[in-house]
Amino acid sequence: MEDRLILRVGAKILIPFILMFALYVQFHGDYGPGGGFQAGLIFASAFILYALIFGLDTAKRVLPLGFVWFCGALGVWIFAGVGVVTLVMGGEFLNYDVLAHEPEHGQELGILLVELGVLTTVFGVMVAMFYAFAGRRQVR
Amino acid sequence: MTAHLPVLQVIIPLLAAPLCALARRGRIAWGIALATSWTTFWIAIQLLARVRSEGPISYALGGWAAPVGIEYRIDLLSAFVLVIVTGIGAVVTPYALKSVEREIEAAKIPLFYAAFVLCLTGLLGITVTGDVFNVFVFLEISSLSAYALIGLGQDRRALTAAFQYLIMGSIGATFIVIGIGMMYVMTGSLNMADLSVLLAELGPNRTIVVAFGFLTVGISLKLALFPLHLWLPNAYTYAPSTVTAFIAATATKVAVYMLLRFFFTIFGVVFSFDVMQLDRVLLPLALIAIVTMSLVAIFQTNVKRMLAYSSVAQIGYMILGISLASVTGLTGGILHLFNHALIKGSLFMAMGCVMYRVGSVEIDAMRGLGKKMPWTMAAFVAGGLSLIGVPLTVGFISKWYLILGALERGWWPVAALILAASLMAVVYIWRVVEVAYFQEGPGEDSSIVEAPLALLIPTWVLVFANFYFGIDATFTTEVAGAAARSLMGLVP
Amino acid sequence: MNVMGLMNYWAFIFLMMVGFYILISQGNLVKKIVGLNVFQTSVFILYISMGKIRGGTAPILTEGDPIYSNPLPHVLILTAIVVGVATTALGLSLVVRIHEAYGTVEEDDIHDLDLAVAGGEDQSFPVSGMDARA
Repeated sequence: MEDRLILRVGAKILIPFILMFALYVQFHGDYGPGGGFQAGLIFASAFILYALIFGLDTAKRVLPLGFVWFCGALGVWIFAGVGVVTLVMGGEFLNYDVLAHEPEHGQELGILLVELGVLTTVFGVMVAMFYAFAGRRQVR
Repeated sequence: MTAHLPVLQVIIPLLAAPLCALARRGRIAWGIALATSWTTFWIAIQLLARVRSEGPISYALGGWAAPVGIEYRIDLLSAFVLVIVTGIGAVVTPYALKSVEREIEAAKIPLFYAAFVLCLTGLLGITVTGDVFNVFVFLEISSLSAYALIGLGQDRRALTAAFQYLIMGSIGATFIVIGIGMMYVMTGSLNMADLSVLLAELGPNRTIVVAFGFLTVGISLKLALFPLHLWLPNAYTYAPSTVTAFIAATATKVAVYMLLRFFFTIFGVVFSFDVMQLDRVLLPLALIAIVTMSLVAIFQTNVKRMLAYSSVAQIGYMILGISLASVTGLTGGILHLFNHALIKGSLFMAMGCVMYRVGSVEIDAMRGLGKKMPWTMAAFVAGGLSLIGVPLTVGFISKWYLILGALERGWWPVAALILAASLMAVVYIWRVVEVAYFQEGPGEDSSIVEAPLALLIPTWVLVFANFYFGIDATFTTEVAGAAARSLMGLVP
Repeated sequence: MNVMGLMNYWAFIFLMMVGFYILISQGNLVKKIVGLNVFQTSVFILYISMGKIRGGTAPILTEGDPIYSNPLPHVLILTAIVVGVATTALGLSLVVRIHEAYGTVEEDDIHDLDLAVAGGEDQSFPVSGMDARA
């Protein structure tokens, strides 16, 4: 689709906004509907759009498969890592109270980190799924 | 740190899975999986010891107390199941190294271990959690990874088997969610202990009855109870050997555990068996499963498929024990949970050894193997004896309790059926023995020699356990008996 | 209890039956996945409906004390949606591989192909082109 000018320019304009919106959904999750899963999906959709317009190979140069896999794994580690940190700091697993001096701050920090982990994993897994399905036919 | 063992039981494999997936080489992933499975086994033993000395352990995730937050609750039954699952995992993982290198492409091996460890995570999660929705989540973690593992089989039929399992498993899981949702609508709680109190206060109610129905069908699909077992034979036959050994020994056991949890702990014996008369449904199905599936097993030409049908029959024994709804019957059912894991684990691992050398588990391919692979076939025979229920093996212990339970109720035809089905097991095990020991192999094929020690040792560990717990059954019967008493609502 | 007031639950039952029917009746594996999706989606409606309170808002702390819907079922169903996504992805990837191995996604054709391997059991079809004993 390299010759479709409108699509290419349109995508280039849209992608930054999609990424921004994903971050908005992520960080505004405290005050409105949102959260890591939705944000991760939106974040991934920006790259999937990019891959649709500019081709899978270009997308894989921007976002290598190894990195996507790494994201998928890293998110789980962020999530469980927060839990392990709370364990080490003397609370129960995922008891965010102990993360900061005041329990409220701890809760806020904890949930933000966990949601960040969710975002990373969902983003990684979604893009990896897309790569796997889209790349299948090229192999043959 | 010991206070956190309940959650570490689940978190350690969860953390290990992404590491396995990222590992570049199969051996590194295997090392991680091995360390994980042994650690979880150690934790499970610690937990069982603690539960036996101090009573049930409760762990509040995130520091939120029980009815509001998610509670991990470990009583004698769950600790026992944890030991079974992690024990099988600890034996199967060393076995996996060689077997998986032979049966799965090198590039996929790290992912194989990632899925394997995730499956372990899910199974352990179901067992430790005290929250019904958590059960669903962990159930799907274990099931999804199991579908992927089965789909890795060499034969293309593994793919259709995995797909069929995926469809039926997802239907089962969705039924379970519907049941949980209906319970939540009526009680506003998801905590098991809380639910049991609230449901008892609520009394019989149409929504709860419907929820009960959905849960029964959903869980029965997952544990392959007789008419809902269609996914099982293909899945076990075409999955990689390691996967068959692991899944056959753990996945259906954990599903039986779920059945016990839902019917005994949450709904209560009175509601399940007096009001809903669950035994009238389960008992006939269990008996049909025992007889027909043993019969079907006799006519199979693929030994793995034969063992798979035999598994459906053995699940029938467990359900039979449950449907007796007495302490003796339940003890028998729970014992068979443990014993069948040992039996089928060793039998499928022996078949994995055959697969490794011969490349086929067709009954014809086993001609003369008794001479060429003496230790492998001896392990198969030993496992077979245990499956039949010969005294001094574990199979005898659980059948003994089941027969006692049936006689206690005065159901002597049931006891007779158990004995008759054992004779059928003699027939199908004998078919393999005859071919392996009394028929000559097709010419001299010097490439077929004894399986490597890396496969034989884990197999024989399980065979040894078959005899050890068959000769000295005090530990298992004590734990199973105490678990059964507490399930029946009697003070242990 | 009027019937229309239970609209969501009727929708749940209808979707559930439609999905279940597709799942059972269709021989095409992709359609089966579609049916499974509809079936699972029906449960989402059940959960979301049970948490909803008429006139209730989103459960976010604001001034005053507004009526808000029960967030727990929504959170639960978010989890179930994730599970559904994973199931669909895994199912479709299996379909892709089945298509590569068999050249068809029709259940009947696959069944025939399996049977056509007469005495089928003793021959194996390596999916990956890798020799089983290599």
